[in-house]
Amino acid sequence: MPGKNEIIHKEDLNSESFRLCVYAPEIVRKHLPGQFVILRVHEDGERIPLSVVGTDSEKGLLDMVVQVAGKTTRLLSGLSRGDSILDVVGPLGRPTGITKVGNVVTVGGGVGIAGVVKITRAFLEEGNTVTGIIGARSRDMVILEREMRAACHTLHVATDDGSAGKKGFVTDILRGLIGDGQPIDEVLTVGPLVMMKAVADLTRPHGIRTVASLNTLMVDGTGMCGCCRCTVDGQMKFACVDGPEFDAHKIDFEELLRRQYMYADLEKTSCETCRIEENLQNGG
Amino acid sequence: MAAKVPRQKMPEQAPGERIGNFDEVPLGFPVLAADREASRCLECKKPPCQEACPIHIDIPAFIRLIKEKKYAEGARKIKEANPLPAVCGRVCPQEGLCEKACVLAKKGEPVAIGSLERFVADEEGRHHDLFIPALPPLRREKIAVVGSGPSGLICAERLRLLGYGVTIFEALHKPGGVLMYGIPEFRLPKGIMQREIEYLKGLGIEIVLDAVVGRTVTIDELMGEAGFSAVYIAIGAGGPIFMGIPGENLNYVYSANELLTRVNLMKAYQFPRTDTPVKLGRRVAVIGGGNTALDAARSALRLGTDKVYLLYRRSRQEMPARLEEVSHAEEEGVDFQFLTAPVAFLGDENGNVKTARCIRMELGQPDASGRRRPVPIKGSEYTIELDSAVMGIGTRANPLLTSATPALTLNKWGYIVVDENHMTSLPGVFAGGDIVTGSATVIEAMATGKLAAASIDAYIQNK
Repeated sequence: MPGKNEIIHKEDLNSESFRLCVYAPEIVRKHLPGQFVILRVHEDGERIPLSVVGTDSEKGLLDMVVQVAGKTTRLLSGLSRGDSILDVVGPLGRPTGITKVGNVVTVGGGVGIAGVVKITRAFLEEGNTVTGIIGARSRDMVILEREMRAACHTLHVATDDGSAGKKGFVTDILRGLIGDGQPIDEVLTVGPLVMMKAVADLTRPHGIRTVASLNTLMVDGTGMCGCCRCTVDGQMKFACVDGPEFDAHKIDFEELLRRQYMYADLEKTSCETCRIEENLQNGG
Repeated sequence: MAAKVPRQKMPEQAPGERIGNFDEVPLGFPVLAADREASRCLECKKPPCQEACPIHIDIPAFIRLIKEKKYAEGARKIKEANPLPAVCGRVCPQEGLCEKACVLAKKGEPVAIGSLERFVADEEGRHHDLFIPALPPLRREKIAVVGSGPSGLICAERLRLLGYGVTIFEALHKPGGVLMYGIPEFRLPKGIMQREIEYLKGLGIEIVLDAVVGRTVTIDELMGEAGFSAVYIAIGAGGPIFMGIPGENLNYVYSANELLTRVNLMKAYQFPRTDTPVKLGRRVAVIGGGNTALDAARSALRLGTDKVYLLYRRSRQEMPARLEEVSHAEEEGVDFQFLTAPVAFLGDENGNVKTARCIRMELGQPDASGRRRPVPIKGSEYTIELDSAVMGIGTRANPLLTSATPALTLNKWGYIVVDENHMTSLPGVFAGGDIVTGSATVIEAMATGKLAAASIDAYIQNK
């Protein structure tokens, strides 16, 4: 039997992201679509939230995608099969409200595609007609296309450069669907803030219920610190316990965009220190 | 009668030096000072200090052991009532409890009971002399404790000493709750905390980290398939309170919980050697007048800031913080702005906080707390320039566990309602500490934890 938080499988998806399969049966047993986990890699490590692509309840496996962006994700990328992750906490956040609403469109952008797969499948299994839209900068960056195809009735792919699917943004495809008069009862989106904001702006005039899953900065992830707070319908909310999903038409995206970069400079410092340490260790 | 020995002073790091580090401020009694201080104890027949202690430590008995130079035995004597002497010796408000009751307090200066408690605990630790008492045979029934803060730790320890198997579930990656994430290194070194935890593990208490009860596992599951005979919920009151004023979501406006968690639990003061940063800029305003606000202000001073304001809406007399904390903060250069409250934060085009609009207050009639209510003075608004702000105005119940356990009866503020035996509306599920009483002191949380352990034992014995 694998050890706690042992990496069972690891696979590069492209130059920036990789898939990580971890043995965490207690979390897997309770995980519902839309919930996330928090990881920590070493004794002095930070806590980072990650979305869950899927779970294998028979084997107790938690399937995640990591995009290398800061120090912790770099350290994660250096781990191999058989290594264990120091801390995996979850499932955190409220699950997606999966009901039979009719026609559902799920929209995933970039590494956010990872967060939309299990939700998409759940809407499908609930008996909805599900259309998936995924998008990324280029063909290489489109992840989990096979999984998404299996999780919905129709899948559309968009890339900024047109190297896969339609050239353009996910919102271009969504605009097309709305323009064609395709019935849409609910849109759920996971991805970069600018994308989710664009999706919300697009559906608002049509009165289509739209849910966005926020990936804010977090520390504890259990409602204790308020680092993840945001404004929804004029109210202060904590993404970690009140969310991560909120009515996208009521989210103050401008505020979130400003809060997102609060630590950008120090995250860079952290990464640089990490690289210097690596170079020293490699004798370089 | 011997010449009167004055109350001994504990040496401290000088203010100018200590604001450049996170090391502990009071340095502990040297052996000589401890011996002299112990000699002051009159060993009262009916000791009022023991009566005043919420967990009734046999104070004259442990002080007698110091007089006999049996320091480690002194620590063991305390541990008959309190598994966390190194913690309580540091963070208990003794001036309002045991030392207030000391008969010498009436004649002048009380025995420095807290400093002596700390002394024996540190002596035991220094000599790696961790004594594990003989334990009764393990009983059939096992108990789950939710939360590893002061209330959960003492409850777990009492139950273990009664022979129960005990498992503590902690949501964070380190045990200790508020002692770990909340109280800074310079007041309670984490190495000390680690030592107290090692003692509890030495008793055979199991601690499961990263277990968010309500999410990873539910109370129903603990009482059901997991096979626990009772559960003690001691999750504290860890939810941050914001004022609800404009600009509170601007960048670098923090809850005190966030600042302290980053600094204490995540060790942001060692960034970039550690991975979690904290950013305060040059000028910080901390809002509040309790120990948490002062911990935040004193931490901010040590993080390389130039100016730390403490904005408190009442006056010095009404501050809920310990006197020692207030004077330490003052020596270190915290700029106290009494009778002042922010009414709004304003930011720049990047959403970074830049100023606090404040208003002066005056004290009116006493309010529900018995303290005079602060009343805003019309037209007294003024502006403070700052780079960050920290809201240290208190905490509330965190609804994560309770909302996942709808059968628990809560009061209107979200705290768990218990009966006189600390049992909640769920049979076999007990609760105590801040999640029942609202924010209180470490020692008050421990007192209910201890009583709850006795109630849990009685419940199981009578089943």
